[in-house]
Amino acid sequence: MSLDNSTVAKIARLARIRVGADEQPHLASELNHVLGWIEQLSEVDTKGVEPMTSVAPMTQRLRPDQVALENDRDAVLANAPESVAGFYVVPKVVE
Amino acid sequence: MAELIAGKTGDWEMVIGLEVHAQVTSKSKLFSGAPTDFGAEPNTQVSLVDAAMPGMLPVLNGFVVEQAVKTGLGLNAQVNKRSVFERKNYFYPDLPQGYQISQFQHPIVGKGEIEIDLPDGTTKAIGVTRLHLEQDAGKSLHDQDPKRTFVDLNRSGVALMEIVSEPDMRSAEEAAAYVRKLRAILRYLGTCDGNMDEGSMRCDVNLSMRKPGAPLGTRCEIKNVNSIRFVMAAIEYEARRQIEILEDGGKIDQETRLWDTRQGVTRSMRSKEEAHDYRYFPDPDLLPLVLEDGLIERIKATLPELPDAKKHRFMGEWGLSAYDAGVLVAEQERAAFYEEVAKGRDPKLAANWTITELLGVLNREGKDLADSPVSAAKLGGLIDLISDNTISGRIAKEVFAEMVETGKEAAAIVEEKGLRQVVDTGAIDKLVDEVMAANQDKVAEYRGGKDKLFGFFVGQAMKVSGGKANPALLNETLKKKLAP
Repeated sequence: MSLDNSTVAKIARLARIRVGADEQPHLASELNHVLGWIEQLSEVDTKGVEPMTSVAPMTQRLRPDQVALENDRDAVLANAPESVAGFYVVPKVVE
Repeated sequence: MAELIAGKTGDWEMVIGLEVHAQVTSKSKLFSGAPTDFGAEPNTQVSLVDAAMPGMLPVLNGFVVEQAVKTGLGLNAQVNKRSVFERKNYFYPDLPQGYQISQFQHPIVGKGEIEIDLPDGTTKAIGVTRLHLEQDAGKSLHDQDPKRTFVDLNRSGVALMEIVSEPDMRSAEEAAAYVRKLRAILRYLGTCDGNMDEGSMRCDVNLSMRKPGAPLGTRCEIKNVNSIRFVMAAIEYEARRQIEILEDGGKIDQETRLWDTRQGVTRSMRSKEEAHDYRYFPDPDLLPLVLEDGLIERIKATLPELPDAKKHRFMGEWGLSAYDAGVLVAEQERAAFYEEVAKGRDPKLAANWTITELLGVLNREGKDLADSPVSAAKLGGLIDLISDNTISGRIAKEVFAEMVETGKEAAAIVEEKGLRQVVDTGAIDKLVDEVMAANQDKVAEYRGGKDKLFGFFVGQAMKVSGGKANPALLNETLKKKLAP
């Protein structure tokens, strides 16, 4: 498996990371190394082994349906670059 | 009831599947303890988990899991003892995590089926593909400011059930019947309040067109259609749009569209297109959900009688038509009201009075059964007066109008206004004699063979009695006395 520059550009776009055209070949090469390393796993015969979604031999713990709100709006909005009348404010999202 | 649409090149058939997002009725959110109340001030129901602050971990709400299982059982569906939460990755300002926690490969509920009621009294089975649990996103307000979007995260993290149907519907009417039945089932179960105005039930419509018998065409998805009326309008519009393209030799692009309520059209949502690469993977913050032994059986034992079972019982036990039974079971409160009215009385009379008169009035006044000025006991009291011949059906309507107005008991109104029916044969004889004496010319015509005049005599006699003469007795007496 091998990634080309356009795939790198697409991944970067999906992750909202700005990657210049000059950086793409270098990143493609690094990602290809990582992929090659992971591909070694396919040498293991996993026939009949159930896919694993978690490494811990545990199942999900549940909490009771109780309201417990420990923070107020100011705390939630404290890190927002901008807020107005209790709302987060972001650049216009055009639909 | 597949409704074909005539085009220039022949008939077309709609193929419709629906994805319904139903907000789970719970006090707190799916993965946090923040409350779920509707209409709170912006960002006042947001925990640091819902705002996706770094290091916050989701903890699954056990009651929500039970609600999903209950819903699965109500949809006659397979409940999966093991399910997995995955991350659906995309960027949008009202999704602070950058991903939605959802279920993809292993949903909590698998295949099921519900029965929909069609206007002609027939039913049709619609397959349910799956039900999975997921987080709701926040709310973006685009119209508050020309250059900025305002975001409220109160809904962020609220538990939703996404219920996906098979593409089994063939008309807008069937799609509407499906949404109505699904909503009724959810309300009976108490797992979602079904309130489309408040967004606790939202609908995505998948629609493609084909010539009858042909393979499936390319579909479009219409997002966030928020009332049953809009579901029907969006389907009608989108079907026409697709037929027009196909008949002009074009092809349908598989895309996400939006229902524009103001213009009554569907529009392409191009911005969502490139976000379709969701890159699902199991959420490492959450372990596989395994239902404890006995949970499914325990929940099954708590299920109420559901709309279809109730409908069939009303038809069998009370002898009601499919249509009447369907109307009565549409809401649990309505069915209970009817059963209280019908108990120990003529069930069909009770159904008529409940549906035609009471629901008719409430509908006109835009009221719920809960605000009804006439209780089940009082409506029953009125029916008793009809059944024991104290009043005629015609007078009963007058009494009923008064009951709606004043909330008084039927018997009290009848006494107060002296509306008791005249069943005394002597009094009726006298009445008939009077009418005949006053209309001797008509009596002669009637006896000469003009049978139609009988109705005239009934009308006159009824008028003289102030509407209080017993109709059967009056008819009988008139026939006897008018006979040549």
